[in-house]
Amino acid sequence: MKTSKIIMIVAALLPLILFFLPMWTIQLSAPQYPDPLEMRIFITKIDGDLQSINLMNHYVGMKMIPETIPEFEFFPWIVGGMILLGVVIGLIGNRFLFLIWFWVSAILGCFGMYDFYKWEYDYGTSLNPKAAIKFMDEAGKLITYQPPLIGTQTILNFQATSLPAIGAYVLFLGMVLSIVAYWVGRYEAGHKFPPL
Amino acid sequence: MKKTIFSITAVAISTTMLISCGGAKKGGDSGGALSGKNAEKVYVAPGEYDEFYAFISGGFSGQLSVYGLPSGRLFKVIPVFSQDAEKAYGYNEETKPMLNTSYGFIPWDDAHHPDLSQTKGVIDGRWCFINGNNTPRIARIDLKTFETTEIIEIPNCAGNHSSSYVTDNTEYVIAGTRFSVPVPQKDMPISEYKGNFKGMLSFLKVDQETGEMDLSFQIMMPGFDYDKAHPGRGKSHGWFFFTTYNSEEAASLLEVNASQNDKDFIAAVNWKKAEEYIKEGKFKTMPAKYAHNIYDEGTQMATSTMEKDVKVLDPAECPGLVYFLPTPKSPHGCDVDPTGEYIVGSGKLSANVTAHSFTKMLDAIKNEKFSGEAYGIPIINFEDVLGGTVVQPGLGPLHTEFDNNGYGYTTFFISSEVVKWKVGTWEVVDRKPTYYSPGHLMIPGGNSQKPWGKYLLAMNKITKDRYLPTGPELCQSAQLYDITGEKMELLSDFPTIGEPHYAAGCPAELIQPNQQKIYKLEDNKHPYAAKSEKESRVERNGKDVHIYLTTIRSHFAPDNIEGVKVGDKVYFHVTNLEQDYDVPHGFAMIGANNSELLIMPGQTETLVWEPKQVGVWPFYCTDFCSALHQEMQGYIRVSPAGSSTALSWSLDGE
Repeated sequence: MKTSKIIMIVAALLPLILFFLPMWTIQLSAPQYPDPLEMRIFITKIDGDLQSINLMNHYVGMKMIPETIPEFEFFPWIVGGMILLGVVIGLIGNRFLFLIWFWVSAILGCFGMYDFYKWEYDYGTSLNPKAAIKFMDEAGKLITYQPPLIGTQTILNFQATSLPAIGAYVLFLGMVLSIVAYWVGRYEAGHKFPPL
Repeated sequence: MKKTIFSITAVAISTTMLISCGGAKKGGDSGGALSGKNAEKVYVAPGEYDEFYAFISGGFSGQLSVYGLPSGRLFKVIPVFSQDAEKAYGYNEETKPMLNTSYGFIPWDDAHHPDLSQTKGVIDGRWCFINGNNTPRIARIDLKTFETTEIIEIPNCAGNHSSSYVTDNTEYVIAGTRFSVPVPQKDMPISEYKGNFKGMLSFLKVDQETGEMDLSFQIMMPGFDYDKAHPGRGKSHGWFFFTTYNSEEAASLLEVNASQNDKDFIAAVNWKKAEEYIKEGKFKTMPAKYAHNIYDEGTQMATSTMEKDVKVLDPAECPGLVYFLPTPKSPHGCDVDPTGEYIVGSGKLSANVTAHSFTKMLDAIKNEKFSGEAYGIPIINFEDVLGGTVVQPGLGPLHTEFDNNGYGYTTFFISSEVVKWKVGTWEVVDRKPTYYSPGHLMIPGGNSQKPWGKYLLAMNKITKDRYLPTGPELCQSAQLYDITGEKMELLSDFPTIGEPHYAAGCPAELIQPNQQKIYKLEDNKHPYAAKSEKESRVERNGKDVHIYLTTIRSHFAPDNIEGVKVGDKVYFHVTNLEQDYDVPHGFAMIGANNSELLIMPGQTETLVWEPKQVGVWPFYCTDFCSALHQEMQGYIRVSPAGSSTALSWSLDGE
């Protein structure tokens, strides 16, 4: 089998890890929490110190982190579909299809990030009007508690750090490999210097 | 008689003199570069940890306290034999059975000798055992949770003093009786003590998985007082040694009548032999009533079982089981050096510290070098077992601990000092005053095969002029010495709870990593647990009302309860739904003839309240749990007996 095909099949199989390992984590640390509270996002569930985070957040009127979200219904199908599609494309061995797989993955990835952002936005801004503690900003508006999409941000007494986890890195590696597969395929077809 | 009075006077005079001397000397100790350096040695910076845990018994407080060394900071008082209103131990329904005995519920004891479990003669940080002296009991404390998880009563005993000590692999915890009594108990003239009273030595087998104790067998000894004990170590593993006093078998005015014999004994018991005799069936099964109380972490409840009999060995019928080693006058301490070769008995009325040699003992037994026998127990010739004597190191030697460099350290009660001496050469190397009248001393691991000879803790009975006074009742104290050098150095002293009778210590790293942080809610098998707010409810069963109450930051569920009537018996079963480290909730009910509850994350505890007055009464959280702790409260409505108010409960009106 051609090297490019093998690389493509490997690239397509890598996202399998998402079924076992988290793709994103949000950590909350504060003086009272020397061991940070952690929330781990999978494609099928959210776990971590959810009860403790909910307990903290209810003072300012944030919603409970739900045990399940609609995304858990279709995320596994999308990821599963992309794996299947990638493997089929790998077997066909058409390097242009490799590129298409990359772009579809990239678009879906962006969609996932957008969904995550929307979810964070809603979680951090739609607060219970009966909340026990209400903090205002300098303009006299209720402050919001939206965690950063990526990076670290101070929210009241907490340092909130949001970062991709192992699943996301492996997914990204799969996408890079699909490009590599394209290049290698091009090389195998006789092109000496694959364009960037 | 005359001589005794003279010596008592001498003791009194010397005590007084030493105290006043000590007071005068103290001024010279304070200030200067030296004490500055010592302050540094005990300073543990904020956020840093102490190097050692010290488990210091509370003596007549019935508790065990946990301190850090070298700082001397108090971390926790673990309730063991006494009710503790702070933690509801002995007050809530779950732990009341822990204090059950054959005499019924006894909410106090005199806790003396903590000892840590060992593996191969090295402290392993699994459990801490401690004796209750007054109503003979042994308790086991789980060092994952620092909770008392088992208490077993010792039958046929009185004054459970020569306990609780563990063997090299925690095979046994032993309990020896201080007072001999009629066995079995009966109505008889006290004047007929001699020959009729018996002293029981008890061996409690420890399950290596669970730590659970089982009163395996007892040895019925002559009617002496069995004062202190120590297991053999290393080469003497398989033996247990007990000091005796009152070999005169006096029943009255013991201070005189039990101080007549020039020598009492150390009883050497071959427990491996005892196991053989038990296996061979050489025991007598005696009826005995004693309580065995176990706290189950799953149901979070203690149960008390009354046991019915015990296997008893008679040394007169079991050759090779027990030997007596003559030891100068009323020995108190009984300590074995880390190699297991020397058994040190300090005659508290003798000026010398006597060390018997284990090798010589075996040799004397083999060659039957006996000077006689007592009640069928061979007495070994004093000269044939004597390993060495520390000659006149001070007044009133009590207890000895060892470091890892071949030195022994003995406390002197009357002359208020610690004396360092060399094992084998018996020469005194150093002596340092203590303030005042030390009983026991502790070196972490100092009673095992592997001492950590960095610090020595002397536990003192008298502190007048050492601290700010607090009325007639003054604290007792512990004093920390640096023993890393040739000379000892007093580093600091700190007050202790109750009487710091004895202590056990070990490096923090043996215990700290195994700490349990929460109880998992899903493992909570308490029959009255409510594991979510949805499960919270109120149920009536005749006059009993069961309230399944939950706590979470910062509310109770339910928090409005109606339909309770005067004359009811109300059970608050409070489950702490938190699953976060260090977030207990408390529960207090106005007018309850009881204590508060202090419930750890994932735990359920039950408080019984019998409402006596009509009205609407509040309850609240006692442990500052969150920013809205003060709002964590609820009401319970009490209607007249026979009223028709329906049972109802709600949270936020729902």
